[in-house]
Amino acid sequence: MAALSSKNGSVPAALVHSRILSKLWQDRLIYLFLLPTVILFGLFTLYPMIASFLLSFQDWNGFSREATYVGLANYQEVIADPQFWLAFTNTIVFMVVTVPIRVTLALILALILNNPKLPFAGLFRTALFLPVVTTMAIIGVVMTFVFDPVGGPVNQVLLDTNLISAPINFLGRSSSALPTAMGIHVWKWFGVTLIYWLAALQTVPEELYEAARVDGANVFQTFRHITVPLLVPFGIIIVLITAIDTLRVFDLILTLTGGGPFLKTEVVEVYIYRWAFNSSIPRLGYASAAAVFFGLTTMFMAILQALGYGMVRRMRGTAS
Amino acid sequence: MMKIGNYTLRWQMVLTILVLTVLCLVWIYPFLWMISASLKTQSEIFSSGLNLIPQEPQWQNYQRAWVDAQFSRYMINTVLITIGTVVLTIISTSLAGYVLGRYTFIGRRPFMALLAGTIFIPAGYTIIPTVDLANKLGLLNSLWGVILVMAGTGNVIHILLFSAYFSSLPKELEEAAVLDGAGFLTVFFRVMLPLAGPVVATVTILKFLGAWNNFFVPLVFTFSRPDLRTLSVGMFAFVGENETDWSGMAAAATISLIPVIIIFFVMQRRFVEGIAGAVKQ
Repeated sequence: MAALSSKNGSVPAALVHSRILSKLWQDRLIYLFLLPTVILFGLFTLYPMIASFLLSFQDWNGFSREATYVGLANYQEVIADPQFWLAFTNTIVFMVVTVPIRVTLALILALILNNPKLPFAGLFRTALFLPVVTTMAIIGVVMTFVFDPVGGPVNQVLLDTNLISAPINFLGRSSSALPTAMGIHVWKWFGVTLIYWLAALQTVPEELYEAARVDGANVFQTFRHITVPLLVPFGIIIVLITAIDTLRVFDLILTLTGGGPFLKTEVVEVYIYRWAFNSSIPRLGYASAAAVFFGLTTMFMAILQALGYGMVRRMRGTAS
Repeated sequence: MMKIGNYTLRWQMVLTILVLTVLCLVWIYPFLWMISASLKTQSEIFSSGLNLIPQEPQWQNYQRAWVDAQFSRYMINTVLITIGTVVLTIISTSLAGYVLGRYTFIGRRPFMALLAGTIFIPAGYTIIPTVDLANKLGLLNSLWGVILVMAGTGNVIHILLFSAYFSSLPKELEEAAVLDGAGFLTVFFRVMLPLAGPVVATVTILKFLGAWNNFFVPLVFTFSRPDLRTLSVGMFAFVGENETDWSGMAAAATISLIPVIIIFFVMQRRFVEGIAGAVKQ
């Protein structure tokens, strides 16, 4: 019985084995097509993801040949470092403050610009979108001059209009530096959210509005009962995409304030950069532990987004 | 009521247009200020207040940024890196998108899942091992290193775009080609890829923006080779070294932003469609 079953089990297994091999050989060109992606993605996305995780359990300065295994010591130290928590808090505050502003303002402007009777709508859209295509690192540098307390145009306007009596050092004071960075971030990326909303509004059929008008609905009734229900699913996606975008503010912060004053505007990616690349003795394992922490946060947001997509699909399903 | 051309404008509309005009002027003001400052003298920037028109255009600011501050070199580096990254990305993502979108093969699903799982990985998470690996491969401090890293990250969306497009093409297309004796490669290069023009354009634009504007990767890859800096890294270094040269800084920033702004104006519709695609899917 035992011999029989093993025989029965092994023959099909071998058959399956050879079938798989022949299928693989038959599809060899398919795998050849995947090869460039496998190499590039494997080397520069997948490998660093795994290596970063492994490195977070080690102590390594990048120069010495050997890294020493230290277990969870890096994590313990990261968690105990108030500066890490400040950077982490800044990253989250950045998201919590700018996302609602961006999404709401962009929706208002999208509703205005979506009016087919509005002249120059294309021109306005272009102007609002323009900052999106420009280089964040360069904008960051330009903005240090725009917000400069001596000779920067923002302070000149405020002084000329007597709104303030003495120039404000927007980026040099810890109380105003982060809000200023947030304002610049909203300005820079606003156009993307605007385009998202415009794309969403375009899916609302024009006939629905006409029907509402015929029925005597006013602008607010139309918005409340037609636009809002149709836009909610898009809104969820837009909020999540915007939120994940907002976790990446390295370019802005490094060029605008360098994390200062007194590291008060540091965000997690700048924190990682400082420990890994900008200190006399790099602490790559320690920086990696902070990076893993940050990566997990982003992953958590991404999982939320995936759940959001699922919800949207269900809502669309019930709507139609 | 006011009549302008075909538009019948009520006062509300006029008010809306006015508010939008002011808003848009404020919106693009930093760019206007930058261009204006790039043509002023150092003292004029401080003394002329909000007047944007320079007394006499100071073109030597550009000379200083382009030649002395080496922005001509940074421009060449940026162009080379951008072209290399875009070309490599188009090749690798179109090939992968094609087989993922049109064929079932062993390992397809796990591969897709692996790709999807990395969409939102932030650069800060992967940068340390990336630099270490590039160092071991002899790619650190080279343009090729920057190109390969940028072509190997952030491409999942592009692969999915290609895959969705190729899977939407009718089956008859390749059946007809196969009847004519075309093989796998001919079908792809002669039939499928030429049809994917719109996706190639979208991916080119998205990747162009990403590569031209990237800062983190070229920054950490050129620490010991200032001659390999890109425009954004050069700008960052320039401020560190010439903190007081406002007009030179403004000229350098203008030089760095003009190409990307011109390309945006020429291909505006594609930019907008490429970005809107993320929501519509």
